[in-house]
Amino acid sequence: MNSVHDMGGMHGLGPIEYEKDEPVFHAQWEARAFALTVVMGAWGKWNIDAGRHARESIPGPEYLRMSYYEKWLTGLESLAVRQGLITETELASGRPAPGSEKRTPPVNADTVARNLRKGVPVTRDLPVTPRFKAGQRVRAKNLHPTGHTRLPRYARGKLGVIERDHGVHVFPDSNAHFRGENPQHLYSVRFTATELWGDEAKGSDSVALDLWDDHLEPA
Amino acid sequence: MGKHEHGTHSLDRRHHHAGQDAPSDLTLRVKALESLLVEKGLVDPAALDVLIDAYEHKIGPRNGARVVAKAWIDPAYRKRLFNDATAAIAELGYTGRQGEHMVALENTAKVHNLVVCTLCSCYPLPVLGLPPVWYKSSPYRSRAVIDPRGVLHELGLELPDDVEVRVWDSTSEVRYLVVPERPAGTEQLSEEQLAALVTRDAMIGVAKVAPPA
Repeated sequence: MNSVHDMGGMHGLGPIEYEKDEPVFHAQWEARAFALTVVMGAWGKWNIDAGRHARESIPGPEYLRMSYYEKWLTGLESLAVRQGLITETELASGRPAPGSEKRTPPVNADTVARNLRKGVPVTRDLPVTPRFKAGQRVRAKNLHPTGHTRLPRYARGKLGVIERDHGVHVFPDSNAHFRGENPQHLYSVRFTATELWGDEAKGSDSVALDLWDDHLEPA
Repeated sequence: MGKHEHGTHSLDRRHHHAGQDAPSDLTLRVKALESLLVEKGLVDPAALDVLIDAYEHKIGPRNGARVVAKAWIDPAYRKRLFNDATAAIAELGYTGRQGEHMVALENTAKVHNLVVCTLCSCYPLPVLGLPPVWYKSSPYRSRAVIDPRGVLHELGLELPDDVEVRVWDSTSEVRYLVVPERPAGTEQLSEEQLAALVTRDAMIGVAKVAPPA
């Protein structure tokens, strides 16, 4: 979706505000919102791509106004309701619906650290044929889906070169919408700064993006 | 302007920006959600404590600094790191969430790598911990790809014209760790002393590692 989260190449969003000796969290609620989002993921009712899509679906003006963990909190609330773990009424009241069953959390204090160390790999050991090979020139497709995509606007329609094949990865553009993992080759694709930003850019500089087979066409 | 002068100033400004939602509102909203999820048996609050403690005290840029220092002194490890970063980093015990698929990038006198996530906030958590606010902020995300030299200047790093800047936009689950140049005059330092020189910012690519004072 062409929303404000896809901000690569924009001007006018202000100076970079660097904080020296920054704490990991700036308030207790940030830590709780972060941790709640991580452990709720263990129910398997959504995936990382759906999580990102929930946050980027926050209306643009709100997205720009909210602090980082407020976006996480908003994304978690919306996913938990949409995927049926809680109801709108429960969220509004802060109380479980009368008579609702009490469940057992999928992760507890003993298992959470192990899950963290294990992670959630997104490579798939499948015999998928790559459509491109290292050194090949490609063009990023000019796509404007209204749903989730990891192909940023600034690279669409641009010419790049495949630098390396990362192997077969889950495709976020379908996975975010629970339309399947659609595993396919993922590549590091390098675009020159002049291709992306015009002749004013410095010729030696470049930007590399990770893009999937479905984002690319031969050039 | 040097980045270290921004300190308290930026903190004040960020709180000002958050003014429409006073922190207490968000505190109450998170408390209400947590208590609902705990009461429904969806969340074990002790798991939250363990997770927060891990990111506050165990998973941070000291991990990445150990990887970099080892790559500086051990040529065989350096080779493994650039060949298969996920496995080489796992040798030191750093694995898992948001570091499942690692790639190491080599900064040299002629090539400077810089990492960003323009679409959200992707960051190599097992080696760097949770990202700082500026990395997740709109100004960095928007400009790192179109004006990397301007961004570096703003953060206090000037690069000569003949240095090639390579920006890496983290659009997949591949996570990038910059291996900065080893500063001159560090030949006598131990691996541990070297690790102490390596900063988070150098491993994102917005700073160089300074020689020992």
